Amino acid sequence: MSTNQIHIDPYERNWMIISAILLVLFATAVSVAAFGMGIQVPAPEQRVDPRTVATDPNSPWSNPGLREIEPGKYDAYVLARAIPSWEYLPKEMTIPAGSSVSFYVTSSDVQHGFKIQDTNANFQVVPGQVSKLTIKFDKPGTYNFICTEYCGSGHGVMYGAIIVTP
Amino acid sequence: MKQYQLSTGEKKFIGSHLLVAILALAVGSLFGPLQAFEHAGWDIYPYIKPLIKSYYQGLTVHGVLNALVWTTFFIMGFLTFNVTFGLKRALRNPTLNKVGFWVMVVGVVTAAIPILANQATVLFTFYPPLKANWAFYLGLTLVVVGSWVEGWGLFATYLGWRKENPNERTPFIAFASILTALLWQICTLGVATEILTMLLPWSLGLIENVDPQLARTYFWFTGHPLVYFWLLPAYISWYAMLPKQAGNGKMFSDSLARLSFWIFLVLSTPLGFHHQYVDPGVPPVWKFIHSMLTFGVFFPSMMTAFTVVASLEHAGRKQGGKGALAWIGKLNWSDPSVAAQLLAGILFFFGGIGGLANASYNVNLVLHNTAFIPGHFHLTVATGVTLSFMGISYWLLPYLTGRKLWNPKWAVAQAWTWFVGMIIFSNSMHVLGLLGAPRRVPLGLAPYVPAEWNSRLLQVGVGGAILFVSGALYLTVMLMTALNKEKVAEEVQVPIAESMQDPALTPVWLDRWAPWIYGTLALVVIVYGPQLVDMISNIALTSPGFRVW
Repeated sequence: MSTNQIHIDPYERNWMIISAILLVLFATAVSVAAFGMGIQVPAPEQRVDPRTVATDPNSPWSNPGLREIEPGKYDAYVLARAIPSWEYLPKEMTIPAGSSVSFYVTSSDVQHGFKIQDTNANFQVVPGQVSKLTIKFDKPGTYNFICTEYCGSGHGVMYGAIIVTP
Repeated sequence: MKQYQLSTGEKKFIGSHLLVAILALAVGSLFGPLQAFEHAGWDIYPYIKPLIKSYYQGLTVHGVLNALVWTTFFIMGFLTFNVTFGLKRALRNPTLNKVGFWVMVVGVVTAAIPILANQATVLFTFYPPLKANWAFYLGLTLVVVGSWVEGWGLFATYLGWRKENPNERTPFIAFASILTALLWQICTLGVATEILTMLLPWSLGLIENVDPQLARTYFWFTGHPLVYFWLLPAYISWYAMLPKQAGNGKMFSDSLARLSFWIFLVLSTPLGFHHQYVDPGVPPVWKFIHSMLTFGVFFPSMMTAFTVVASLEHAGRKQGGKGALAWIGKLNWSDPSVAAQLLAGILFFFGGIGGLANASYNVNLVLHNTAFIPGHFHLTVATGVTLSFMGISYWLLPYLTGRKLWNPKWAVAQAWTWFVGMIIFSNSMHVLGLLGAPRRVPLGLAPYVPAEWNSRLLQVGVGGAILFVSGALYLTVMLMTALNKEKVAEEVQVPIAESMQDPALTPVWLDRWAPWIYGTLALVVIVYGPQLVDMISNIALTSPGFRVW
């Protein structure tokens, strides 16, 4: 018997083939969702200096909040911070149903998270980086956004809300 | 045939690993139920405030001691056993291994001091710019360096054996253990770089600022293969020991077992970006490539599932088991070591399925940093790995000490309570995560918790209570065994499941190290190199440290 040939039991060979097919199926599903349906993950957007991002008058995060770009389209500049108290600025944003909002979130101190409940928006907020995702809000209601990364003793109370009016 | 004898010194040395590991588990596990009770609305933290200042300090103790100390010490001890017993050869340079062990011990103590003083409440991921006391980073560095040195001691032993036995196949448990130690040496380069180039000098005041995004990237270079460092020792036991214990079974396929270990080595490091799918500073193209490689590592896991179950079936049928599934009942369930590892394997299977969801690039958007994640890794590291290690210790401690296992029925009950408690705990955590509950939050106090989470939060507490009982049972059995006056009649037989096929027929290319190591390093360079070069050349040291706990 040659010592370069690997002996594979027929049952195991079938099992390996099924495993490989499963993998191809998973990879296809993820790829179709990503590139066909556009369900994408955050990409590098912009870099900022966390020491001045909240105070520099040229920085949009010195005046965080909603900006209406055109009817039904908004940019939301959100600042996450642990100091002086764990919060997002602004804490609340109100938009009409059917609006599409691009969130630009950064931190002036430690890492935070930003997850809007019942949507696909969920990302890390890393000081020095800007996290961006665009979400369309069709259904009226209150959507909490909560901090999902440990950021010190107030992590558990850090949240805000998007109010979608009919 | 008499089995190979370890020297008393070697047994003591391996036993010292177990001692530190179990002490760490004893302290670390105390805090698990406290977190679970908090979720259920029964917060004990205010009552222990003089000792532990907050939920987060407790969570840091829990994560560091259980995920890092218990695992690393148990693993280094178990690997040392496998290499010496497997090769039937004494450690080539025992002083080297001892130095490594003591460096690790000094490291644990050094890191424990600031953690207990609430100077390092940064959780076991210690993401900057949360800034712990320097002793925390120094301690972690020493643990890693100590484990490297112990690894070198194992490599030296292997090379000595290879010189004496140039044409033999490396015995499986020794081969797989050397591979695990090697994987650890490669993957820890990430966290070593993170600490030595940024966090340690920063915490000492030598540099003022760090780059948090680059730090995360270094961290996850190590963070995912760390999972395989935990898991592969359990796999070694499942492949090559458990079938023997479960009913005198044999290992189904020696060559495919080795092949799957090689694939784990090659694929375990170059997929760390799957922990950073939602990081702002990493381009999606790399995230996508890493997600595909993560699916790739699913393949050797499936091979493992097949071989392990086939080997167990061999054991079950040998015991007179019949039918498609009825043979399972014939396995040696009354042996606590068997019960613990079989139950660990069952829950690990579900942990693997959840892991596939996490790994799925954009599916992760609904799971990232939710309670789904701790739900997932309590099935994998806290059950698949930890309950298996407990099972291993049920024969290993009597083997090392010559003392009989105290009250095996309690040990069987320990395995089952862990299984049941973890099902309740982990299932509710998974569901909470899908409902949007974040991880690492004292949910009993969080202001945004909707009423629909409450019943699940209560189940988290119930699961935690059962796990607390199980942990107490384990520690009692271990302590009473270590003190047991009743000795074993003769040395405990080490369970080794021989391969069905003569290992000499295993292809030579499955016993050659160089090509696999070069392949591993090349793949790391290809899928990590470009992005790392980009991030390092554009490094932005702009984050000063914060102590906000």
